[in-house]
Amino acid sequence: MKTLPHVDVVIVGGGWSGLLMAKELGSRTPLSVVVLERGPHRQTSDYADQMDEVDFSLRLHMMQDASRETFTLRHKADQRALPVRQFGSFLPGSGVGGAGEHWNGVFPRYQPDIFQLRARTVEKYGAGRLPEDHAIEDWGLTYDELEPFYGRGDLLLGISGKAGNIRGQKIEGGNIFEGWRSAEYPTPPTKIPYFSSLFAEAAKKLGYHPYPTPAANLSQPYTNPDRVTRSACFYCGFCERFGCMVGAKAQPTNVLLPVIEKRKSIAIRTGAQVRRIVHDKQGNGGRARGVSYFDERGNEFFQPADLVFLASWTLNNTRLLLLSGVGEPYDPQTRKGTVGRNLTHQVHFGAATAFFEKPLNRFMGSGASGIHISDFDGDVFDHSALPFLRGGNLYAPSYGARPIANFGVVPPSVKSRWGSAWKKAAVECYDRNGTIIFSAEHLAYRGNYMDLDPTYKDHWGDPLLRLTLDWRDNERKMAEFATAKAAELARAMGATEVSTFSGLHSYDATRYQSTHVQGGTIMGASPERSVVNSYGQHWQMPNLFVLGASCFPQNASANPTPTVLAITSRTAEAVLERYLKKPGTLV
Amino acid sequence: MRRRAFLTLSAASIGGALVYSLDRKAQLLSAKTTQKIRIPLRFFSEAEALIVAAAAARIFPSDENGPGAKEAAVVVYIDRQLAGPWGIDKHRYTQAPFDADAPAEFGYQGQATPRQIYRNGLKDLGGFDRLGPSVQDERLKQIEKTRFFMLLHENTIEGMFCDPVHGGNADMVGWQLIGFPGPRMSNFEDVDKHFGEIFRPKPITLAQATGSKRRLSEDTE
Repeated sequence: MKTLPHVDVVIVGGGWSGLLMAKELGSRTPLSVVVLERGPHRQTSDYADQMDEVDFSLRLHMMQDASRETFTLRHKADQRALPVRQFGSFLPGSGVGGAGEHWNGVFPRYQPDIFQLRARTVEKYGAGRLPEDHAIEDWGLTYDELEPFYGRGDLLLGISGKAGNIRGQKIEGGNIFEGWRSAEYPTPPTKIPYFSSLFAEAAKKLGYHPYPTPAANLSQPYTNPDRVTRSACFYCGFCERFGCMVGAKAQPTNVLLPVIEKRKSIAIRTGAQVRRIVHDKQGNGGRARGVSYFDERGNEFFQPADLVFLASWTLNNTRLLLLSGVGEPYDPQTRKGTVGRNLTHQVHFGAATAFFEKPLNRFMGSGASGIHISDFDGDVFDHSALPFLRGGNLYAPSYGARPIANFGVVPPSVKSRWGSAWKKAAVECYDRNGTIIFSAEHLAYRGNYMDLDPTYKDHWGDPLLRLTLDWRDNERKMAEFATAKAAELARAMGATEVSTFSGLHSYDATRYQSTHVQGGTIMGASPERSVVNSYGQHWQMPNLFVLGASCFPQNASANPTPTVLAITSRTAEAVLERYLKKPGTLV
Repeated sequence: MRRRAFLTLSAASIGGALVYSLDRKAQLLSAKTTQKIRIPLRFFSEAEALIVAAAAARIFPSDENGPGAKEAAVVVYIDRQLAGPWGIDKHRYTQAPFDADAPAEFGYQGQATPRQIYRNGLKDLGGFDRLGPSVQDERLKQIEKTRFFMLLHENTIEGMFCDPVHGGNADMVGWQLIGFPGPRMSNFEDVDKHFGEIFRPKPITLAQATGSKRRLSEDTE
């Protein structure tokens, strides 16, 4: 292993959180910063030629290569885990920009009470309402502390939307159930395609509060505080699983790279597969000394650094801590140890598919041009008489339908799956159906966790990360409740037929859900129950910070990127203002 | 090296106008022509290709509701995918132990690659292309639950609606059938108009839209 020249800061992973930290530290201080990214370089000019459903949507060219590195899964601790041989329920990104390159751009904040979920739930419903094997934890930080950093994220990305709550004042047309925000969105809402507009009318008719989906896909040209200018969205319909050909969808490569590339003090090394955090003894005085990695040719390097940021794709943060022997692995029986606990995956499914007589022209749209309702989100509605806690958002996206993924959806009255009758129905229905999505909270449970797999190894011979994960009745009953609401909305939209979600049974690794898998390195108020403090700083190793949604104790209904960015900004500020002046623990 | 096989088709049966040859030069053919074209096969033998083409044509038939797998040249798409990295599971995790009987929610856990699944599946369909349509349907019903049929079904839909550069969706017949305009660069002026009315811009391929010369996944091995 070759030892490289020392740098001030090494960052593992070049996605949203890693590159945001690189930009903040590298452009506001003279520190030398190295970002290690396992995948290739990416840039906006790559993307027009990649509007190809086969290579990018089916063959997943932008994702982690499962043949080299994947995860194993089992539902319960007494089962043998099997490898996720092809990605299905979530899609780990790889390459500069990470999953932030191929996201949809939906940009809602978390409900304020999610940060004190345990305290608020007990306060309102009593401790007896918490599920028996729950592992719900408070975050050690509040929405009010985070709000200014949410605001920075909005400005950085130029989010398009309509506020529903500016400093406590409710505004019709925005999300009146959202936490307070200090200012209106930087740009107005995106255009709303036909299917989503039908949903808005129906929701209004039923007495709900529809609002335009907050979007990182610009409604108009925008220049951010770093003087980075991006163009407006063309609604070409190639967002999710694709990079944006015009840079209208905010991505690390079009928001952060333009600043980073001007700084000689920041280097991004691609093809760098990090294997270990190299460290001295643990406990008080323990320190990270840097990281070791393989380059594409299989040469191993040690990159020494004073400060280490772990910002790889969410589950890989947990794996790197476990492989490196940093912290104590979580044991679900004794509840000792913390690394790997609170694995969650946002509840996310097509709740009701509405079939119409009229065409929808649904090839037009963007990943975030749609309509949301939050009337059944979080604790917005009373759960006293309901058989579950919490909730989620119902929304009608107009992603821009691509034909392979969307062909073959037929109403319940059609039974065949091939042949003339099926073809006739599938062709007729192709542009005459749309799906209402439910995106909801996933509580943390004692038995949902991660450790190292005893059987399966990666390309380099290290154990894969094993996920022990399944749904509980809380999610199943919530899903049933939301499916009924979605069906009612679909009928109010004028649907001639409606097909509904068949229910959450056991966790299905093949059905795409969202890439919002979280937990494993959770933050909290005490080292006994969490891996890092609210700044992502490791409790036992103060010069090691963990960034991203692996730090989230439980899964909220909203998409995680705004909160990932807000917490990363807050950490950057604390490192710049306090840690660099006096290295040590921040709380 | 085995002798290269060719699939011989009448030009009129596929698309009618535009077919991409192996070296991706577009061949312009008239729908009325009686010309035969020979498409070089990368994976299938000619006998196998004829069976796959016949089976895909029962899954997605050509009928009074428009063109199907035959006109879209679905078999050419499948042949190229199998010849490429997907066919050998280049990007699938293939370390043992395998468990072909694992519950469906864990995804396919068997060891066989798509190439092996097709080869084995085709063995059971000998002479399929010479049967009548209703007998063909009966044969397919018998294998409906197999991994081979599942892949064939998926690949048929892919071959109907892929960008024509991948070998299927010849002359964009699939896209025209469902009103997909291809990778249309801007819908800015139209996305919030045409509500409730049919809006069908003329389709274009990615190559026509961007002049793309990107290397395709199936050409990387």
